[in-house]
Amino acid sequence: MKLDFVIRGSDFINAGEASSGTKKALTRLGISPKAIKRAAIAMYEAELNAVIHAGGGNAEVEIFSDHVQIRVIDNGPGIPDVELAMQEGWSTAPDIAREMGFGAGMGLPNIKKNSNDMSIETEIGHGTTLTIMIRF
Amino acid sequence: MSKLHSVRLNKDLCVGCTNCIKRCPTQAIRVRDGKAQIAEYRCIDCGECIRACPHHAKSAVMDPFEALDNYKWKIALAAPSLYAQFGAPATRTMVLAALKNIGFDDVYEVAIGADIITARTNEFLDEARRDKRLPLISSACPAVVRLVQMKYPGLIDNLVPFDAPVDITAQIARRQSLEKTGLIPEDIGIFFISPCPAKRTAVTNPIGQDSSQIDGVIAISDAYPMILAKLEKLTPEQIHSLDNKLMATFGGVRWGYTGGEAIAVNTEKYLAVDGIHNVISILEEVENERLRDIEFIEANSCTGGCIGGPLTVANRYSAKSRQRGYIEEAKKLAKDHPDHIYPYQYEQASVWTKTIDPNPAMQLDSDIFKALEKYEQMEQIVRNLPGLDCGACGAPDCLALAEDIVRGEATETDCIFKLKEKIRDVASQLGDLESAMNKLAHDNHVVRTSDTESGE
Ligand SMILES: Nc1ncnc2c1ncn2[C@@H]1O[C@H](COP(=O)(O)OP(=O)(O)OP(=O)(O)O)[C@@H](O)[C@H]1O
Ligand code: SF4
Ligand SMILES: [Mg+2]
Repeated sequence: MKLDFVIRGSDFINAGEASSGTKKALTRLGISPKAIKRAAIAMYEAELNAVIHAGGGNAEVEIFSDHVQIRVIDNGPGIPDVELAMQEGWSTAPDIAREMGFGAGMGLPNIKKNSNDMSIETEIGHGTTLTIMIRF
Repeated sequence: MSKLHSVRLNKDLCVGCTNCIKRCPTQAIRVRDGKAQIAEYRCIDCGECIRACPHHAKSAVMDPFEALDNYKWKIALAAPSLYAQFGAPATRTMVLAALKNIGFDDVYEVAIGADIITARTNEFLDEARRDKRLPLISSACPAVVRLVQMKYPGLIDNLVPFDAPVDITAQIARRQSLEKTGLIPEDIGIFFISPCPAKRTAVTNPIGQDSSQIDGVIAISDAYPMILAKLEKLTPEQIHSLDNKLMATFGGVRWGYTGGEAIAVNTEKYLAVDGIHNVISILEEVENERLRDIEFIEANSCTGGCIGGPLTVANRYSAKSRQRGYIEEAKKLAKDHPDHIYPYQYEQASVWTKTIDPNPAMQLDSDIFKALEKYEQMEQIVRNLPGLDCGACGAPDCLALAEDIVRGEATETDCIFKLKEKIRDVASQLGDLESAMNKLAHDNHVVRTSDTESGE
């Protein structure tokens, strides 16, 4: 089963709609609360990175009986140094995002912690695709 | 009478409008055959529908006063929100004395249980910090606990795992009255004077324990006129009969209004939220781990906290203002007569013995493959609905109707727009049929005419 979401850039007010929609779907499917929580946290972070750092994008969620694959795709600036970006505390978030409580540099590490598999494809000037897999 | 929840519909008063279906936070209500219906498995007893109904068709199922007759020794438990229903010149002691004299043998302040929980929560907070179970979420409001079970089961482990203040107070009341009266437990009746139906459900269908120590729950709104009448002719003896009563601190009294519970927890990093729809937004954020710097959350289903409970009488703004007077009174008592304060430090808060299970009410099917199938059908159906969320079908929005259809509880033509489409289709089919018949008649006529012509 597939769900598609549009993620609007710099829209902090509605940010999180894709992950909360996914969470609702997983709840309806009767997935274990622990797995839902992991999926929600990981997807929320990925979604917000697209909002804050990449001017928005879209999300494709594919749900299977034993796992979910979440893909967040943007056409933003790309990530120059993925290894550095993965470090806890590293952040280039703009002031406006910091004022809203983002920019702790915890997003990507948190995605890694909550997922069973994660991969980043990124190209400078073209965009980033983050793929997350969560087993139920 | 249902054990599962305490909100009831009066069919005669219900006009089948959309007020309650739109306000219910768990989408538990549908209008079917022109009347509202509450799905028990989804109701969390928050009482929003009682407030939302302009026709007063929703009411709480509470215990009647006659229930007192079943017991030899009757005890009333006063909620912190009760005092603020009255206000000066009635002091806290006077309200308690009046309550006692409407038919009880003794009274206890639920604020004492609140004092005990505050002390124990502060100890528990250190434990939760070590186990990384933060933020802790207050479990004092049963509607919030049931909401967590249904919509945020991933946060069950964040709930403060103690019985609510009213239960702890009931345990103390029972223990002490058994000693005092020498009666058997069955002869002692403990009644909570409650601001909400959720607290009654928490007695008939307990949270975290097998059975409750409370024997009945009476609405504040039912007891109010009687207490008021007694207050007016209270004798000095009646007031003095409570002279030796041990009282709660101002901290316990303060629990009546939102923020009163949280402010006493040993952390600056707390948050207090009220109103069930606001509670939902905050829990959403907690679940996304976006409130990392918060250690304690007080969440009340009612705006203003229990003072704004659906079964209270006073306007919550004036009640809040009156509560300040009772807090000052309690502070003064602690200063002038520290020996009159209940020794809450020495009491344990009973820990939940029964696990809090997730409630699968939102689940489409217990079989994941069937659930996936139904979800896809639901998406398909909702794409074909007008997306107006008008509620005319009896479901709160188009998605809810789609859900009802896949659950086999509704059909697409319950949507008036779909029905209209269908009627139009049928009409245009009839129209086609009509013109076909006309044509047939005309052709026949032509044929016949030509027949006649040729016949000549
Ligand atoms: N989609 C993206 N496009 C471009 N840069 C990104 C993207 N996602 C992450 N980054 C870069 O990686 C850094 C680290 O990301 P991470 O999510 O870990 O932290 P953050 O977003 O800065 O702060 P937090 O997630 O704690 O609010 C970001 O500051 C940004 O420089
Ligand atoms: S906030 Fe208080 S009055 Fe309202 S439902 Fe919760 S416990 Fe009852
Ligand atoms: Mg981030």
